[in-house]
Amino acid sequence: MSDVKTDDHCVIIGGSHAAAQLAPSLRQSGWEGKITIISADPFPPYHRPPLSKAYLDGSSGLEQLQIRPAQFYEKNNIDLLLGSAVTSIDRENKQVVLHDGGTIPYTKLAITTGARVRKIDFPGSDLNGVGYLRDMNDVDQIKHFMGPGKSAVIIGGGYIGLETAASLRKKGMEVTVLEAMPRVLQRVTTEEISAFYTRIHTEEGVNIITEASVQSINGGKHVESVSLADGRELKADLVVIGVGVIPETELAEAAGLEIDNGIVVNEFAQTNDPNIVAAGDCTNHYNPIYDRRIRLESVQNATDQAKVAANTICGKMVPYRALPWFWSDQFDLKLQIAGLSQGFDQVVIRGDTSEGRSFAAFYLADGKLLAVDAINRPQEFMLARKFLSEIKEVDPARLADESITIKEVFGN
Amino acid sequence: MPLVNFFDHDGNQYEVNVEAGTTIMQAAIDNGIDGIAAECGGACSCATCHCYIDENWTEKTGEPSDIEKQMLECALDPQDNSRLGCQVEITDEMDGIVVRLPESQF
Repeated sequence: MSDVKTDDHCVIIGGSHAAAQLAPSLRQSGWEGKITIISADPFPPYHRPPLSKAYLDGSSGLEQLQIRPAQFYEKNNIDLLLGSAVTSIDRENKQVVLHDGGTIPYTKLAITTGARVRKIDFPGSDLNGVGYLRDMNDVDQIKHFMGPGKSAVIIGGGYIGLETAASLRKKGMEVTVLEAMPRVLQRVTTEEISAFYTRIHTEEGVNIITEASVQSINGGKHVESVSLADGRELKADLVVIGVGVIPETELAEAAGLEIDNGIVVNEFAQTNDPNIVAAGDCTNHYNPIYDRRIRLESVQNATDQAKVAANTICGKMVPYRALPWFWSDQFDLKLQIAGLSQGFDQVVIRGDTSEGRSFAAFYLADGKLLAVDAINRPQEFMLARKFLSEIKEVDPARLADESITIKEVFGN
Repeated sequence: MPLVNFFDHDGNQYEVNVEAGTTIMQAAIDNGIDGIAAECGGACSCATCHCYIDENWTEKTGEPSDIEKQMLECALDPQDNSRLGCQVEITDEMDGIVVRLPESQF
């Protein structure tokens, strides 16, 4: 395929979803220089969403996780420097410094460092059998302590916690989810959706405890139980902590790049150094559809912003404009989210949340559609996603009326 | 290793050999074939791996699930032989299968 034709070198820091898109997009956009992805992981970039789902429950393995096979990078002249950590960015000399003291010069630099788990320090959180869930190694550790009839306590009732609960339940474990807030998914969604997920998890045999305050994790060498502040003690052979992530911005910050809940980038994915772009979970960027700056934790953003960054590096200035979307698979529920619901003043439910397992919740502000949470409603998701290319009015009565097809509602 | 014949919307042909068990989506991604976007990486969540299975092969590839059918209906230009590439695993019996790619996934 492409041969290296110039001395130019684009260095990509972080073996993430964004990196796996940015590198081949550079080739597509005509980058003829060298490309190197530097990653602390020992593997080429891999899909993270299945870690809490198919990879955890064993229905897919390492092979299926890889975003692209190793040969793909080779064929496209993309060098992978694996198992190697960058310790600093030397902007003055345009080089990155590696953990072993080596340096790699760059013409253009891309930061795709993603996010790392938020750690909490309970007494006993260093016991054997207590872990986080962010990378493949974390899941491989968790798998040692899984097994039918064993007990798992999950700290954190967000999407990762609930997906993990579903996967462990599928493996026959007794599962308790502890959530500090009054309802699960409180930080990310509405009461209707929280109530729905609580009902389904309860129906599936998961024990959900809200307003839970963890006092300690107990055991000798290996975890045995989790104590709550109200005196309850929960048996645990495995504890998984899922309380969110923090953008990985230290390298950028130390290099003097602007940081504000993520690396601040413009609509072309450029940082305040024009030779440095950033993409994915680690960026704070402007979304023109919602007319505000946001930081997203999603594959969609990693992929789409990486394409913008690759174009920018090649001198093709195409501003980033994409609708955020997300998904979560738990039990037989396929949740697909289009758009951002923050700021809504009305929720319209299509279907029934109190029984069954299929409905869509539409979020509106001033009569305009902002977002949809679609559960086993792929058409509502697909059509809303198209409709949301801009924020515009929609008739709430028609959205709620199932005698009108969703295609008719959205004028398809 | 079964052979997959991809034809993009402009009629360009790409012949790739894949391990049995590989999905049509992964076969396209692994070989840098652009007509498949595969945004969700194969979770049947985004419908950006929409493709058309040549009629001679649809019996072997089987029927889409309900969720897949509903998503296909809302893809661009769905046909009776539309599938999501992530939901079709290539088997040895599909050696030589012909897969056509749509003009756009969005």
